[in-house]
Amino acid sequence: MAADKVDPIHQFHINKLIPIDIGGYDLSFTNSALFMVATVIVAAGFLFLTTSSRSLVPGRLQSVSEMAYEFVGNMLRDAAGTQGMKFFPLVFSLFMFVLVANLLGLFPYFFTVTSHIIVTFGLAVLVIATVVVYGFMKHGLGFLKLFVPHGVPVFLLPLVVLIEVISFVSRPVSLSVRLFANMLAGHITLKVFSGFVVSLSALGAVGVAGSILPLAMAVALTALELLVAFLQAYVFAVLTCMYLNDALHPGH
Amino acid sequence: MADKNGPDGTGETGRGNQHEPDIRDDDLERRRRDLEASLATRRPGRLEGKDDAKAGSVAGYGQALKLSSEFIAGVVVGAGIGWVIDRLAGTSPWGLIVFLLLGFGAGVLNVMRSAGVVAEFGQGDKSRRGQDDKK
Repeated sequence: MAADKVDPIHQFHINKLIPIDIGGYDLSFTNSALFMVATVIVAAGFLFLTTSSRSLVPGRLQSVSEMAYEFVGNMLRDAAGTQGMKFFPLVFSLFMFVLVANLLGLFPYFFTVTSHIIVTFGLAVLVIATVVVYGFMKHGLGFLKLFVPHGVPVFLLPLVVLIEVISFVSRPVSLSVRLFANMLAGHITLKVFSGFVVSLSALGAVGVAGSILPLAMAVALTALELLVAFLQAYVFAVLTCMYLNDALHPGH
Repeated sequence: MADKNGPDGTGETGRGNQHEPDIRDDDLERRRRDLEASLATRRPGRLEGKDDAKAGSVAGYGQALKLSSEFIAGVVVGAGIGWVIDRLAGTSPWGLIVFLLLGFGAGVLNVMRSAGVVAEFGQGDKSRRGQDDKK
């Protein structure tokens, strides 16, 4: 690992752990897949173990699980109403997956699943597909009213509808880009500042003294990244709730 | 759940033996109501606190990232749609030009919507609201 200490991008490399090739498609089990599995196991295991005792007065860990439940439940109820609670499993799974993936990524030498845009884009497409499928299922063509704002002159309508459609399609893009960019930028900054510590302290006594500054910066950034990890999971879940609200009440 | 209450209940009566049991119950009930009231007042306050935190430097950075990603997403999607139309219909470069401009419009709309300046999706004049009763 000595050579890549100064390469801030190296942490995002995908390595094949178990090469699998089916019908010309590369379906290898990579380090990204490994950490996705780890995320699911950690999230599910935590929730299962902490809630297995089910005492009426929760212990510390159980109340963490209950707080997570209440948090997501309130978020969904505020954004999409009581009807939205049927999507609770989806929103809660997404929130826990993103949150645990972000937090796991903060450990040194761990791979950050959410720092790859294809992963976050996959999650965002899942959300939008749910919105579109459920919207058409529930409202039929009435769902298309979503794209027709009220009170627009007829001659402007084609233009406005086109812009609204593009705006709708851009939602999964902005949803995924936001999560991915936050994680990527944060981890690169962290790596760069830590790299400064290493290369400065190689310069001798003056360098070691000078490396205190980037070290303090790295510590502060780690705290910031912890906040960002939670905030981005929260933002992802909130926006999911808002989009689901559109599926439940188009033209509301 | 009721039998789970048992052990906790015994814990309560253990302390409750020192006092009158009914007064203890009343007291408990009152305290529970007080707690609920104070929780209810605190809940919206906590949400507002979150918004206040957004005004800080860290969250300002978050806000900037959010708005810029909204804008970029609009432009990128518009350009992408135009490019695909050009590929399929062979109208290069007109699809790209037109949809890039539309995407720019959509990006601005996204930003204004996420900043809360324009109405949300499907919302607009409240006059039409009576027509969509079926929702």
